[in-house]
Amino acid sequence: MIEVYVNGKPHTLPDGATIAFVVEHLKLRTDRIATEHNLKVVPKAQYAETKLASGDKLEIVTFVGGG
Amino acid sequence: MPTAAELDTPLKVGKYTFQSRLIVGTGKYASFPLMQQCLDASGTDCVTVAVRRVKLDGTREENLLSYIDEHRYKILPNTAGCFTAEDAIRTAHLSREALGTDLVKVEVLSEPKTLLPDPVGTLKACEQLVKDGFTVLVYTSDDPVMARHLAQLGVASVMPAGSPIGSGQGVLNPNNLRIILELVRDEMKVPVIVDAGVGTASDVAIAMELGADGVLLNTGIAHARDPLRMAVAMKAGVEAGRMAWLAGRIPRKLYANASSPMEGRIASVKDVIPGE
Repeated sequence: MIEVYVNGKPHTLPDGATIAFVVEHLKLRTDRIATEHNLKVVPKAQYAETKLASGDKLEIVTFVGGG
Repeated sequence: MPTAAELDTPLKVGKYTFQSRLIVGTGKYASFPLMQQCLDASGTDCVTVAVRRVKLDGTREENLLSYIDEHRYKILPNTAGCFTAEDAIRTAHLSREALGTDLVKVEVLSEPKTLLPDPVGTLKACEQLVKDGFTVLVYTSDDPVMARHLAQLGVASVMPAGSPIGSGQGVLNPNNLRIILELVRDEMKVPVIVDAGVGTASDVAIAMELGADGVLLNTGIAHARDPLRMAVAMKAGVEAGRMAWLAGRIPRKLYANASSPMEGRIASVKDVIPGE
């Protein structure tokens, strides 16, 4: 098992988990989000191939009202 | 009777063209349907949104984007809430990845109380984002020197604050805005959009009468007692101010200048009854 920080909170994930796994696990719609992996933006096409390691940090964002 | 659009040219920002000179924010509305009605009533075709973490606490929330018709409105993501150039740059890249747009409204703020822009961080973020191929609209103070520095970096629009964000104080320093318009818009051909501080329709009209290319506002509509009526008022304000600027106002004079001719008046009693 690995521990990955998603939006600041630790999540325990199986070994070899990818960003695609996290997104599916959290039931997120991929057309309205973007993900940063250890401070680097990851294109959606690479979610399935981006493997996570213990201590990795993910930021998953969407859009809210703002001026 | 010609419409405002027929008597004007569209607003051009980089490679983008907007029919309305009003850009409207999507924050602080009591509900998404009310926001939708206000955007419609304002006549805008460009709306700002903010980038935030998705909520992972299991609560199912409606997504803002479900209420914005992307065929009708260009979406302008902002970097609001960023206090460093690095965070603004990351936020811009995240929004580009999520929406596939190169538009970004850059905000690098100094601290939360004033929300005044940090000039050093703002310059740094804009320099990088222009290099990265973004169409950058940048929130800045009403300092003409800073506005010119930003324009020199190749931003698509310089957006001086009329007054602090959400303060509703209107255009506090019209003379600075006039200088920015001369230096940046007239000389460098970079459009200037007044961003922030607009409280009511006359504030918008004043900014446009001074020659601003557009106005960006959010709280002025969203926090009005009746947001929908205020959206209508803001639309009228931006058109009134723009038309007045295109038309060219009369100079201010100290003394009166009669509108009716002095010639052909009837004889005055002073002349008919001598001694009266």
